[in-house]
Amino acid sequence: MSGFISSSIARKVAMALSALFLIFFLIIHLAVNITSIFSETLFNDLSHFMGTNPLVQFALQPVLIFGVVFHFVMGFILELKNKKATVVKYAKDNGAANSTWTSRNMIYSGLVILAFIVLHFVDFWIPELNVKYVHGDMSGMLEGTQNFRYFEELQHKFVNPARVAAYVVSFVLLGLHLAHGFQSAFQSMGFNNKYTKTVKTLGKAYSIAIPAGFIIVAVFHFLNH
Amino acid sequence: MDLTLKIWRQKNADDKGQLVDYKVTDISEHMSFLEMMDVLNEQLINKGDEPVAFDHDCREGICGMCSMYINGEAHGPDKGITTCQLHMRSFKDGDTIYIEPFRATAFPVIKDLVVDRTSFDRIQQSGGYISVNTSGNTQDANAIPISKIAADKAMDAATCIGCGACVATCKNSSAMLFVGAKVSQYALLPQGQVEATERVLSMVQQMDDEGFGNCTNTGACEVECPKGISLENIARMNREFLKASIS
Repeated sequence: MSGFISSSIARKVAMALSALFLIFFLIIHLAVNITSIFSETLFNDLSHFMGTNPLVQFALQPVLIFGVVFHFVMGFILELKNKKATVVKYAKDNGAANSTWTSRNMIYSGLVILAFIVLHFVDFWIPELNVKYVHGDMSGMLEGTQNFRYFEELQHKFVNPARVAAYVVSFVLLGLHLAHGFQSAFQSMGFNNKYTKTVKTLGKAYSIAIPAGFIIVAVFHFLNH
Repeated sequence: MDLTLKIWRQKNADDKGQLVDYKVTDISEHMSFLEMMDVLNEQLINKGDEPVAFDHDCREGICGMCSMYINGEAHGPDKGITTCQLHMRSFKDGDTIYIEPFRATAFPVIKDLVVDRTSFDRIQQSGGYISVNTSGNTQDANAIPISKIAADKAMDAATCIGCGACVATCKNSSAMLFVGAKVSQYALLPQGQVEATERVLSMVQQMDDEGFGNCTNTGACEVECPKGISLENIARMNREFLKASIS
């Protein structure tokens, strides 16, 4: 069993499984965020549900955190192993002749996404934990009012143009990461057959639609605060 | 045509090595790349210099010996060929051509452009075979029905000549296209089923032990492979490996 876990293929499959889990998570995340454009009430209700439901908070959230951490740690482990396999570099290497920029630079797009996640945690997740679990306020209400705080907080975050720009750049890099990663995850798990073309098309559509959705949310609130 | 060549010169495995500039003149566009290298070596020998060491054997695209990373691509700029099938008409008069050995930790340089590819042999020896009783009562392979699709795919995988272009071109020096092809050519046929489990486990283990990198599905290997081995074979190897690991 230890041989299996340390094998190159098992690591790639684990990487792919965590990727597919995160791909699924992004759909849920965007579905909630996008409601903020057309319904403040719906966004507040969904945010309150996600933020206080025990199943989401104590079962799904830890799995998500594990998935994110695992994907990054395994990505770095594989990158380090790959660096050891290619100690001497070519004086002239024409990678563009046979592969896409996105496929060759997953580690760099991944690092930008990691930096974004740190920013995103500082922006939203850590304050959220502070209010709910340090101060013990599970009401989800703005202090001294009977209104939910989620929409207000969201709008407030996108006032600063530098933050909006950082988010937009990060989402573009997320799109590039997904443009290769989506289909790559299927290939790593051994899925390459007559449906591969469909998977590739789906991957391209996903890698454009999801980041574009997040960008629209950020820019919309920047323009409408 | 007249060319400037920047060739990797390295005396032996311990030498640091460096790119050295050479000029060759009056090169015919009809020459193969290896013939151009022969012209250079004759010049060097006539001057009393050490000729450039490079691998070659059949010179008709079958043996997989000729390697070389030419202008940033395994086997040069043309697709679906080995270096011996590359012709000088792919270059222009006055060009500067970079000629380097295949690079990978698992393919150490022996001398100049010659690399040690015996790691492929050891992977093959670890499981790339079928055990056949040759005592005289061996069943005729043609008597076993095999679907046309499976036979074609097995044959496609078996066209791999083990040249190592997949490793050389991969940014991770992954050997998964080679191993995927070798696993697939047996996995698709009934004769390969008896040892299927041990084969894929042993070959993947050996591949990892040799220090090849992990596949990140860039697809560069498939593009540069002189025999057009498909990424489908890597996916099949992954399936075979997972199946073997849980059985």
